[in-house]
Amino acid sequence: MDIFSAKDIVKKYDKHTALEGVSISVKKNSIFGLLGPNGAGKTSLIRIINQITGPDSGELFFNGQKLQQNHIERIGYLPEERGLYKKMEVGEQALYLARLKGLSRQDATKRLKYWFEKFEITTWWNKKIEELSKGMQQKVQFIVTVLHEPELLILDEPFSGFDPINANLIKNEILELKEKGTSIIFSTHNMASVEELCDDIALINRSKKILEGSVKDIRKEHRTNTYKVEFTGNIISFTNAIWTGCELLEKHTEGNVNIATIKLLYDATPNQLLQAIMPHVMVNGLQEIIPSMNDIFISKVSNEKIASESNFTE
Amino acid sequence: MKKLPANQILQNKKELKNRAMNKILLIIQREYLTRVKKKSFIVMTFLGPILMVGLVFAQFWIKMIPEEKQNVLVVDESQLFLNKLENTSNQTFSYSKNTLSFEQRNFYKTDDNVILYIPANIIDSQKIQIFYKKQPGLGMQDYINTIVGKKLEEMKLLASGIQINQLESIKTKLNLTTTKIEKSGDFETKDNEVSMALGFIAGILIYIFIFLYGAQVMRGVIEEKTSRIVEVIISSVKPFELMMGKIIGIAAVGLTQFLLWIILSAVGTSMVGNFFMKDKQSVDQMEQTFKTNIPQKAAFKEMPTDEKAEIMDSFLNQVNLPIMLFSFLFYFLGGYLLYGALFAAVGSAVDNEADTQQFMLPLTIPLILSFTLAQNVMTNPESSLAFWLSVFPLTSPVIMMVRIPFGVPYFDLILSMIMLVLGFIGATWVSAKIYRTGILMYGKKSSYKELWKWLFYKG
Repeated sequence: MDIFSAKDIVKKYDKHTALEGVSISVKKNSIFGLLGPNGAGKTSLIRIINQITGPDSGELFFNGQKLQQNHIERIGYLPEERGLYKKMEVGEQALYLARLKGLSRQDATKRLKYWFEKFEITTWWNKKIEELSKGMQQKVQFIVTVLHEPELLILDEPFSGFDPINANLIKNEILELKEKGTSIIFSTHNMASVEELCDDIALINRSKKILEGSVKDIRKEHRTNTYKVEFTGNIISFTNAIWTGCELLEKHTEGNVNIATIKLLYDATPNQLLQAIMPHVMVNGLQEIIPSMNDIFISKVSNEKIASESNFTE
Repeated sequence: MKKLPANQILQNKKELKNRAMNKILLIIQREYLTRVKKKSFIVMTFLGPILMVGLVFAQFWIKMIPEEKQNVLVVDESQLFLNKLENTSNQTFSYSKNTLSFEQRNFYKTDDNVILYIPANIIDSQKIQIFYKKQPGLGMQDYINTIVGKKLEEMKLLASGIQINQLESIKTKLNLTTTKIEKSGDFETKDNEVSMALGFIAGILIYIFIFLYGAQVMRGVIEEKTSRIVEVIISSVKPFELMMGKIIGIAAVGLTQFLLWIILSAVGTSMVGNFFMKDKQSVDQMEQTFKTNIPQKAAFKEMPTDEKAEIMDSFLNQVNLPIMLFSFLFYFLGGYLLYGALFAAVGSAVDNEADTQQFMLPLTIPLILSFTLAQNVMTNPESSLAFWLSVFPLTSPVIMMVRIPFGVPYFDLILSMIMLVLGFIGATWVSAKIYRTGILMYGKKSSYKELWKWLFYKG
């Protein structure tokens, strides 16, 4: 069951098209990565999901229902461009924003107390936002975003501005929220965190979706049949041994162990590779190299056409 | 997807409306409370009346400072004024039998403050002269001038054989009333200096209110935009609700401040008044100063009581208070709401206050124009210029208030009010469209062309 889905979303500004028939679907209780280079149309899509702007055409569904104004209270949004009223006190401000999301004053106060204790920031209640450091402001903003316990949480670059310790704290909170049943749309440029957190992704480039699926599948699909071989023995005899079905991409030595990266061409298998080299060197290990999301992102975006032609499909 | 029964859909709609209302109220509350709690608001609230009361106080106080006693030595070569100038609490006249040059030489040996020289040919030359050690005040100069002049007049009258009371009966004070004949044949007489003043003050108040608090709306929008909080908020409420909440909240702040000013000023002034009225002497003194300095007021005081009552009567008759009050409230709020919406649109289109210039011009020009043309309208309240300015929504709030004391046909008034309401709706519609797009446009300098395009973006 999808918590959210968008079908054929088109959004045009003046002469520029921000989204050209983009569809996504976010499974319940999962983390969905919305990826893409700057200016690809991610923010436009996020704003449409939040009903800040409307699409020119296309349909949006929340929990199977057509997206409506009252769904807004079940969505939490942490924009990339963070902001709070600088002159307002932390507690008062958090209460205000929570009540705008439909919480009662009592509920909001109770939940805020819980979060402030959890983040160990109870002493900040009467401080003005401008007295806090940027990282501290981010913490407050995160709390405000999740306070009304939204079913769908949209986080745009949630880790920016945090030091590694606090980034880890937020990461754990995100995972905990997921555990409790929240579905999350997660937009970031940090591909390592995508691999770590996301179940599914969609990659948007130049207003179009160019890739989607689960992170595992995508990484599998984008394997290039490349292996890392660790061996001891003569490098020259190793190089001679590799038959024409292989391409040596890189080699280096660590202590007395040699490490070579080899791409298998045509339909060659690792078995064939082993058969070829085993008589000449001592093989310590063989490991397939699975491309990182980072590699996939770069190859997909920077070389969209060429990449699609040279892709190996299994 | 299940279809909901019709009555439930209706109920959902109702609830949605309620929630939207609650959110607008919440926004109004925040806008109001954060501003009212600000130090600058509290300072201004007390400083305003203190300045007002201080001004009144200073006026009283200056008048109460007793002028130094002046000994006036009269050197009267004409011999006409000998012992005829009356001493007052401030001036003592003494008369010299010596020549002017003698007295001038001995001036510093006496305790005389000034020498009043009346030449022998005073009747022809009509010139007198004062010599002094220390510059005498204007009040004293005036007093001497008046009293010598008056005496001279009396002497001339006597010389030509006219009795003073004869003259009084010849002196004529005309009383002009202006009466309008209505189409229906009714007469309407207006004698409306007071109501004119009231109308003008009302116009100025509206002008100030729009400028002060309209600018606050704009600044508030810019603050939300530059601090980026706007994106968080409009993921909870519609941009239109945020805009209206802000405008209404700030209006409430303005009304609070004005109300406090009026109350505090009234209390303060009456306290100052009481303080000065305590001792009888100072009251006498004040009356004296009023009498000499402000002849009209003195004249009003000396008027027979029934005549006084008549003036007050005609004031109450002429100023249609209910209409005046109602129109004031209407134009005060209507004008502010209209301009507030436009100011919000300007705020949304820029990134900082410095960039507002180009968009402010079309707003400030009609406002300043209506202020400067108000006097023209007062002299010509039924000109077509006055009519059009009082119908055009951007100028009507100030101009109509100025026109009302002169009697405005109901047709004009109603047309003007309808136009203002339409203007407000139109301005809000346009502003909401610009606002909605503008608040999300960061780091771009907008042009009029872009604003125009924003009007047609789909929600």
